[in-house]
Amino acid sequence: MTMPVIASKPRDQRRRRRKTGWSGLLYIAPAMALVTMFFVIPVLFTVWMSLHRWPLLGSPSWIGLRNYTRIFADARFFTALGFTAHYTVIVTIAIFAVAFPLALFVEKPRPLVSTYRTIIFLPVVVGLASASLLWVWLGNVDSGLFSPLFEMLGLTQGRLNLFATFDTAFLTIIVMVVWKIAGFTMVILLTGLQAIPAELTEAARIDGARRWQRFRHLTLPLMRKTLALALILSITGSILAFDQFYIMTSGGPQNRMISVVYYIFNQSFVSFNLGYGAALSIALLAILVVISIVQLWLLKVGEEPR
Amino acid sequence: MSPHRKARTYKALWNRISYHGVGIGTAFFFLAPFLVGVMASFRSNSESGRPPLPPWPTTGFSIDAYRTLDGFGSGIWQHTVNSLIVSLGTVVLTVIVSVLAGYGFSRYRFPLKNVLFVLIIATLMIPFQSILTPLFIILAKLGLNNSLFGLTLIYVTLQLPFSVFMMRNAFDAVPKEIEEAARIDGARDLRLLVRVLLPLVMPGVATVSIFAFLNAWNEFLAALVLLSSNENYTLPVLMTAVRAGRLGAINWGAVQAGVTVMVVPCLFVFLLLQRYYMRGLMAGAVK
Repeated sequence: MTMPVIASKPRDQRRRRRKTGWSGLLYIAPAMALVTMFFVIPVLFTVWMSLHRWPLLGSPSWIGLRNYTRIFADARFFTALGFTAHYTVIVTIAIFAVAFPLALFVEKPRPLVSTYRTIIFLPVVVGLASASLLWVWLGNVDSGLFSPLFEMLGLTQGRLNLFATFDTAFLTIIVMVVWKIAGFTMVILLTGLQAIPAELTEAARIDGARRWQRFRHLTLPLMRKTLALALILSITGSILAFDQFYIMTSGGPQNRMISVVYYIFNQSFVSFNLGYGAALSIALLAILVVISIVQLWLLKVGEEPR
Repeated sequence: MSPHRKARTYKALWNRISYHGVGIGTAFFFLAPFLVGVMASFRSNSESGRPPLPPWPTTGFSIDAYRTLDGFGSGIWQHTVNSLIVSLGTVVLTVIVSVLAGYGFSRYRFPLKNVLFVLIIATLMIPFQSILTPLFIILAKLGLNNSLFGLTLIYVTLQLPFSVFMMRNAFDAVPKEIEEAARIDGARDLRLLVRVLLPLVMPGVATVSIFAFLNAWNEFLAALVLLSSNENYTLPVLMTAVRAGRLGAINWGAVQAGVTVMVVPCLFVFLLLQRYYMRGLMAGAVK
């Protein structure tokens, strides 16, 4: 949208060198082959599989829409869906609550500001799996950092086992994900902040608008697009969460931390109900498409008044 | 100095102190987990099970944790090499495929050009998590199940939307006149692309490479599903075995060592090529 369009319009209209025909297809052939083989076919294949009973061994049998009707009777799937929604809402709020102040903090050019930015961004470049492993150790009751530290500081009586109850385990995962992702959201928000013309804020300041008023009536509306983008990225990312629950809690106390992707993984590759797993994937896909459409629609509706 | 100016200097000083106070505190929160983990990984076996208070080795520097880690799976070298093969393979193939495609999309006209470009970008809309099952079956049909090469091909495909977009923009930014001149000098097709144009799009190649490397090095779910035999595990999959422990006991020293092995290359690559990483992030974000 704001990408600088550098694509130069051919200045000479003769276009002697502008090659037409099939030779261009040769250059994109490898990319198209990969996308077809490992993307287009798998997507179509998912639909096809979802209409079958498809065990790992033995031949698949056509069962029509029965995998889909089965979803509606599957209480565990809806539990997973509910948990994922809960997680998505909480973690998105937490990320924004941390990332927005950070973006404001590192916005202006000040001494050492780029160092702070880089350090805050560091956890973004490591894998979610590595981060989960690191934090599962830090959160361990006997050998980790937090429980002994809290005890030493007198915050808890004795050692608190963070992964023993749902609430504390959930909180630990949220803190880990915020630590891992906040830098990313911060950078996205930073691009939006820096795109606001300095004269505008200056003018508002001279007109006597207080800091909060400037933020509420100037910064926020002008950042609408960036905020929407950061929100979409955060929500889609959270809905697809898997690594942290698999590695940190293995589905959590009383199996209460099974996310949707985790449930599909269990159905497909632990129970080997491949057909049912495919139907669940299609359901997940439909949910994601609906969410994207709603978000894009909200973004558009918001644009009209201006 | 007038009292007014004095007050102002105090205020500026106070501002600076509070700014750096907040900065250092924040930096500490984001940096500390890494530091604690890396330092703790160099504690001896007798220490590694104890809380990291303090995190550094108190009974002398030791690589016990790395020795223990080496006892898992087929040895830490094997798994690091697996991860490197997959990551570097992904980098090389992604660069080759996306440079060719970027050039094709930028400079040629052919039927369905825009449809095909949108098709490649649109793959971003569908998360690969939802097509893992068919990928598993298709790779098996191709004889590529449980193979590092098969996994590499999947990673390359996942990188393509971003990479092709980046490379097309990179080629769009190269003036046509350079090509014209090279053509007059007799350079054709692939030779023209490699000798003349490639050096000009190197920043784009760097961006594409760093993302391909980090994503392939860090990916977990696909590797977990698609690799089935022990000796082929990449580092994140190996670490699930370490995390599961033996006979119910987890060796935390091995976990710390494993995290260090997985994390340090990422941080190193990022700090070295930060400029190109951020460019890619901006291009991807504003798109």
